[in-house]
Amino acid sequence: MANQEQIVNDFCITFSTVNGSGSATANTTLMRSLFRMGIPVSGKNIFPSNIQGQPTWYTLRVSKKGYVARVEKDDIIVAMNPTTLAREMTFLTKGGVLLIPDDFKLSELRDDITIYTMPVKKIIRDAEVAPSLRDYIANMVYVGVVSWMLGIDLEMIRLALDFQFKGKQKAIDLNFNVVKAAFDWAVANLQKKDPYRVEKMQGLEGYIMSDGNTAAALGSLYGGLQFAAWYPITPATSLAESLNEYNPILRKDPETGKDTCVIVQSEDELAAIGMAIGAGWGGLRSMTSTSGPGLSLMGEYIGLAYFAEVPVVIWDVQRVGPSTGMPTRTAQGDLTQVNFMSHGDTQMIILIPGSINECFEFAWKAFDIAERMQTPVVVMSDLDFGMNQWITPKFDYPDRPMDRGKILWEADLEKKLKEWNGSWGRYLDVDGDGIPYRTLPGNQDIHSGYFARGTSHDEFARYTEAPETWERVFNRIAKKFETALQYLPKPVLTEIVGAEIGIISSGSADPAVVEARDLLMEQGIKTDYLRIRSIPFGEEVEKFLASHQQVFVVEINRDGQLLQLLTLKYPAQAVKMVKAAHMDGLPLTAKWIVEQLLQEKEA
Amino acid sequence: MEQSTASVTSNKVGLSRNDYRGAPSTLCQGCGHNGIAAQIVAACYEMNLVPEKVVKFSGIGCSSKSPTYFLGRSFSFNGLHGRMPSLALGALFADHTLKGIGLSGDGDSASIGMGQFKHLVRRNLPMVYIVENNGVYGLTKGQFSATADRGLALKKQGTNPYTPVDIAMEALVSNATFVARSFAGDPRQLKELLKAAIAHKGIAVLDIISPCVTFGNHEDSMHSYAFGKEHEEPLHEISFVPARDEITVDDFEEGTTRDVTLHDGSQVILKKLEKDYDPTNRWQALRMLEEAQENNWLVTGLLYVDPEAPTMYDWYNLPETPLNRMVEKQLRPSADSLQKINELMF
Repeated sequence: MANQEQIVNDFCITFSTVNGSGSATANTTLMRSLFRMGIPVSGKNIFPSNIQGQPTWYTLRVSKKGYVARVEKDDIIVAMNPTTLAREMTFLTKGGVLLIPDDFKLSELRDDITIYTMPVKKIIRDAEVAPSLRDYIANMVYVGVVSWMLGIDLEMIRLALDFQFKGKQKAIDLNFNVVKAAFDWAVANLQKKDPYRVEKMQGLEGYIMSDGNTAAALGSLYGGLQFAAWYPITPATSLAESLNEYNPILRKDPETGKDTCVIVQSEDELAAIGMAIGAGWGGLRSMTSTSGPGLSLMGEYIGLAYFAEVPVVIWDVQRVGPSTGMPTRTAQGDLTQVNFMSHGDTQMIILIPGSINECFEFAWKAFDIAERMQTPVVVMSDLDFGMNQWITPKFDYPDRPMDRGKILWEADLEKKLKEWNGSWGRYLDVDGDGIPYRTLPGNQDIHSGYFARGTSHDEFARYTEAPETWERVFNRIAKKFETALQYLPKPVLTEIVGAEIGIISSGSADPAVVEARDLLMEQGIKTDYLRIRSIPFGEEVEKFLASHQQVFVVEINRDGQLLQLLTLKYPAQAVKMVKAAHMDGLPLTAKWIVEQLLQEKEA
Repeated sequence: MEQSTASVTSNKVGLSRNDYRGAPSTLCQGCGHNGIAAQIVAACYEMNLVPEKVVKFSGIGCSSKSPTYFLGRSFSFNGLHGRMPSLALGALFADHTLKGIGLSGDGDSASIGMGQFKHLVRRNLPMVYIVENNGVYGLTKGQFSATADRGLALKKQGTNPYTPVDIAMEALVSNATFVARSFAGDPRQLKELLKAAIAHKGIAVLDIISPCVTFGNHEDSMHSYAFGKEHEEPLHEISFVPARDEITVDDFEEGTTRDVTLHDGSQVILKKLEKDYDPTNRWQALRMLEEAQENNWLVTGLLYVDPEAPTMYDWYNLPETPLNRMVEKQLRPSADSLQKINELMF
């Protein structure tokens, strides 16, 4: 130990457990404790589509440099599931650590690792835990041993448990006592032989810990959400559940005590989107949240909302498809589906948050954009953002008032009718920006009512099949999407002087790209990076493509969907774009990106 | 917009019948749906509804075109096939003071729309849900619908081998709080049922047999004028008495009527015909529908009503002000509250 170089705040630890065993509490407790010590940490849950009894892995990456992407190898493995032990061993780095219960048998021994065995059953027995709780509490044993091994302050563990159990003293004590017993046992019986250690750090002040679905729900409520309809689907479910959790806290009118936001669990996604569009048409800030299969079901109604010009926000928390695919694994595979959603010529406004903080920000912005443009806005997150815990700068309060767009209530309509010589058309472009004015049900002016429909209509919402009217109205709708550009989040450009290679990426691929660029830089390869945050693309994207010799488009799917959309929009730039697309259900790693770039460069 | 003039009679909100009209119908001459539209106009006029306080919804099909033909001043949304219920639900939450009228058909509600129809019913969303039931797909030129009689023969379709879906039965088993069946060829009864449906607090399902004169008006079909006229078995003679109107009992012989008081104080007076029928007894309603099926009766009238059942609005703590009238300061929580939330995020 004395001769060994210490590795401080820079390692990856994986907990291998059985799902449904309560390991989530143990794992997030450790993550929270590390975060409380000011250490950049990210947690990724790799779990099965199953309730109980299947293998599940939770990985904590501790990185003093602040990298939060997934890494491919583990430095420390806590193996609580005997059935996957052999597999675990193949992921463990040379010099790594294996922690196992003392009744596990290792089939093959490695002499390049440190092994600590933990008397899990004995500690639980001694702690006098009720038999029904033993399996759940067993995971707290490794929390104690890992705390000893890494040097985690037990006070931090207590704070984390306090948060986890919302101050319920009995549960806190029950768990903490086991952690303490395991810690004490380790102090008395183990000798530290490994190099891994944690130390308190500064610099995470102003940071919080959240998952993307919670961030999205909160952002929506701060965006003035008034109606949400949803149907359970992994990995989007927790977004709606967070709405249910925070709605009563945040959206009770202080004067009347009444709720200003309605949340409905629908019978399916066909109904969820129908309800959301009905509410959007009625003038409510309205949304639904789903994942790929649900989105497929919603396509027809979203097409109607596009054509009838109804504002609505749809969150797509992506998972691996097609079909049922891998419901509990992450991907960016819905991009082209969303872009071309529904039959006929359609256009979608797509927002792609690239951090948890942006999940919050884009959630409130999405309503402003949807109401301003009177069209569906799809916010594309994914399982990695949605369901994993991340450290993120605290949520910022919206920096501008709400934009409700062109809505005419009684007094507005009366005024406008005078201006417009008594004539008002729901689909009439009077301002030349492609965006018409809308009235809302409940307006008592006798001129306000109109017939919304998915069938062909003229500027006054009257049914018509006249070819020239169809084309005029339909082309006017397209014009809105030019106007839209000024309202969309612009891409984020990070440049290095002298870089010839460009990288374009988006969403949850960002952490791996950020790390990969540093790794490439260490090898003398300079890259510029453009993170796309919205579609349709703005002029910045074309400029970036034009100003680089070679542009790698990094994304988490098989076919390079972002690259496909870029190619369609900028065919002249297509030859310089290189596909760097990969999807195996796991978040992208920097190592993989670096390999792709180096391979291509050598070729 | 046509103006009501002094020479035209007007109702209590100062509107004439003309104010309730819509665009001229483009449906076939003699279509049952046209008669239904006319009775909706009459019922809304007589119920003193303000068109701006009504929102119309429909799905896809001949029935779903009908909202064009009544209440031209009202807001309306013609949605997707079978998915009017979800659209209506969302829209009505925008302003819960509005009266929703949904127009659907058997193709729209008994096939793709069965799920949404039944789920809307079990939520008891306050609205009038009309199914213009003709047993046939008219717009696509005469295919069997899910409510077509078993054994019915159509020229191009052959013989229908399947048992029909009974809209009223489906509504009842989904715990609808108001279920009526009527016949487009019986305008007087239809109008009274529509008025009662409008006055009902929760969802009011009206299964209206509405013959398709072009594709389905076969004499042996349940969905034909001839069959309806021959086989209609009204459960009662129905009269709707608005709240605050005096009931003139002289019209009825003692002991032959049954009154149902609706939530708003209005009353439905049912004059007993051959059968002694209690429309507040769900079990009896189900049995009646079974009997009707066995005996080939077109049973019409108010099958079931529960005037006081809680509605979907009751599950939510809605403000009196319609949600769509709320402004930013009511909808965006304070900056302080976000600071507290941030402190919790650990």
